[in-house]
Amino acid sequence: MTALPDALAEIRADFHELELPDRLQLLLEFANELPEMPERYRDHPDLLERVEECQSPVFIFVEVDDESIVHLYATAPREAPTTRGFASILVQGLAGLSVDEVLALPDDFPSDLGLTEAVSPLRIRGMTGMLARTKHQVRSKTAA
Amino acid sequence: MTVETDSDPRFAAFAHPERLVSTEWLASHLGTPGLVVVESDEDVLLYETGHIPGAVKIDWHTDLNDPVQRDYIDGAQFAALLGRKGIGRDTTVVIYGDKNNWWAAYALWVFSLFGHEDVRLLDGGRAKWEAEGRAYTTDREEATPVDYPVVERNDAPIRAFKDDVLAHLGNPLIDVRSPEEYTGERTSAPAYPEEGALRAGHIPSAQNVPWAKAVAEDGGFKPLDELNAIYRDGAGLSDGDSVVAYCRIGERSSHTWFVLTHLLGFEGVRNYDGSWTEWGSAVRVPIVKGAEPGVVPAR
Repeated sequence: MTALPDALAEIRADFHELELPDRLQLLLEFANELPEMPERYRDHPDLLERVEECQSPVFIFVEVDDESIVHLYATAPREAPTTRGFASILVQGLAGLSVDEVLALPDDFPSDLGLTEAVSPLRIRGMTGMLARTKHQVRSKTAA
Repeated sequence: MTVETDSDPRFAAFAHPERLVSTEWLASHLGTPGLVVVESDEDVLLYETGHIPGAVKIDWHTDLNDPVQRDYIDGAQFAALLGRKGIGRDTTVVIYGDKNNWWAAYALWVFSLFGHEDVRLLDGGRAKWEAEGRAYTTDREEATPVDYPVVERNDAPIRAFKDDVLAHLGNPLIDVRSPEEYTGERTSAPAYPEEGALRAGHIPSAQNVPWAKAVAEDGGFKPLDELNAIYRDGAGLSDGDSVVAYCRIGERSSHTWFVLTHLLGFEGVRNYDGSWTEWGSAVRVPIVKGAEPGVVPAR
């Protein structure tokens, strides 16, 4: 597997250091840290893409700025902390990455975060779907 | 020793009122010796965000399903799980959860496969407890381990496998999925991920009664007369019927299994947990598309 960018590698290492119940606690911390959607998108549900792979209603929006840096925004309800946690890991893990770095992320890294046993493989699919949709938006927003 | 049942008059008309407790009852019985409260949710982290004080968590994926085979855990695993959660064979268990007790009912059904006798649902689940502003805690789960005997699962009375359903055709079937799944527009609930069934539609002759029809606005179960109108008048069930309920993986139909068995008093109701993810991918089983139940093919 390709090496992960620093922030994601660190998140991965943090999860792997913990016993299973503590991994859930860390995921909950991520869930609580998911930033609010910026105001300019909050009132534009039409711009947001629903992540169908997740059981809970989670929506993402990707911006690519002039320096080709990817900005990922996500929103998910409080009653869906697992999904919020997944989204928050991606938002923090992808922060500051360039288009090329995001597209080079291994598609299956969510399965390797150390969460699969804690939340079950079926649930991890939600995060894999979120990553795939993020990459797809990056591609379509950078297409010449 | 089991804990006294809830004599709430709202439950009195049900066939087995001892299977339900109200939020008031639970609030006043928390901490009673011999009672363990279990939370079972769709979201594996919801318990950690806040739960009823003293409740333990049992997750359908990580605790109740066998990690390798598509089956439930066995007697030894169940004994280890319950013992770890401080539940003995004669403990009174009250289960509650999110989504109108959808997963709580599933856990209750799995407990029933092992013949755990006194297992009840909190009427209204998390939503009602929350709406009433009752206490939550984020304390870590704490349970004093006890010994739970190894009891092998007894599937036959309440669980149907695919061959059982084929043999059952001609008797009542209740498809508790959404109308979109029933007619064959989709293979998973609207807004849920597609979970790999190769064909869409329903089992011939099945009546479509989405599970949530049994739920009142406050998240609790509807009263008996309304449930009778739905299942007897609407879906045509009558006393003495042998009924099989199914959905996508057997979770929503556990909720309906609970309603038919414990509230309406039907005997021998079975939950087909293979459900659409099995039937919709099985070779050469009959399927009907569209809004009509359709007829059972001649054998």
